[in-house]
Amino acid sequence: MREILDDIERWQAQGKRVALARVVAVEGSGPRLPGAAMAVSEDGEVAGSVSGGCVEGAVVTEALGVLSGSAPAKLCTFGYSDDEAFAVGLTCGGIISVFVEPLEW
Amino acid sequence: MFDVLAADIKAERPVALAEVIEGPADALGSKLVVRPGPPVEILGSLGNPDLDRVAGRDALGELAAGITVTRHYGLRGEARERAVSVFIESFAPPPRMIIFGAVDFTASLVKIAKVLGYRVTVCDARPVFATRARFPQADEVIVSWPDRYLGEVGATLRPRDAVCVLTHDPKFDVPAIVSALGTSVGYLGAMGSRRTTDERTERLRAVGVDETSLARIMAPIGLDIGARTPEETAVAICGEIIAFRAGRRPPSLRDQEGPIHRDRVRVTEP
Repeated sequence: MREILDDIERWQAQGKRVALARVVAVEGSGPRLPGAAMAVSEDGEVAGSVSGGCVEGAVVTEALGVLSGSAPAKLCTFGYSDDEAFAVGLTCGGIISVFVEPLEW
Repeated sequence: MFDVLAADIKAERPVALAEVIEGPADALGSKLVVRPGPPVEILGSLGNPDLDRVAGRDALGELAAGITVTRHYGLRGEARERAVSVFIESFAPPPRMIIFGAVDFTASLVKIAKVLGYRVTVCDARPVFATRARFPQADEVIVSWPDRYLGEVGATLRPRDAVCVLTHDPKFDVPAIVSALGTSVGYLGAMGSRRTTDERTERLRAVGVDETSLARIMAPIGLDIGARTPEETAVAICGEIIAFRAGRRPPSLRDQEGPIHRDRVRVTEP
């Protein structure tokens, strides 16, 4: 979180809305620990990361969805082999849960 | 509330965030910001005063241990129920590294330690060498004798902190190591050739350091990765510290014999 605070502050100072995505659970092999955080501005700018680059694209989509009001906050899980529900996988075979919310608190 | 959290994180004050990540839809995303103080201050709500009390207390405990974890409760904070999942993230202040000796290797070690998120102090008794200009990335540059400095701050050191003694001069490093052994610091490494290390060990024994304490000292400091330059040596030292904290034992120089600087294998195109 520490490393993305300056970006969040800058975006908010520019009047942009921001979504916060944090890893809250990792099962099996995962590159980042719980607490790894990523921020997405309403323009789609990104700071930080939640994995080794495998699911960041999908997290941006979820973040923009949350900002557009599709859900107030959302727990997203990546890495299940159930490819109908979770199209985005992790090459390492792990499963990560990411909590995505608008940064309006 | 986020501004309070962000300000605490930036100022390196301990703070925890407890947030409902699974549970009733209207509770999702509700949160507590827990500040240990003193006095303890708990901002926000998870939607129920009993749940706030229990989760707030748990968050204080996790923060004290530096643990980030998900805990499960009933809707009113009941134990052994799973109606609500609360993600408790601890923002503990960064670990500390104290480097004794303002030598060439110190500047590189400061750089790598900063990359790894350490709060870094450089301490040397010689004012000519212990200057801000030589170590611009250090959080503090202290002109003092190592044992005197550790006398002031040693009680605050914890197992996740590190002390690196790079002086390789018995006048400084023996008192520095003896003082560091009197703290709870996790990693204690001392630089020097094998000969310097053997001589230092004898000096430490002579001033009464027992074998258990001697075993705490990683010397010669660093992993056996063939490091030569100050930058490579800094990586070898930080690699050893990472492994130490993770409870792994990759090859350290301490556990090998023979020269530290062997000729490198020359890799040529066939």
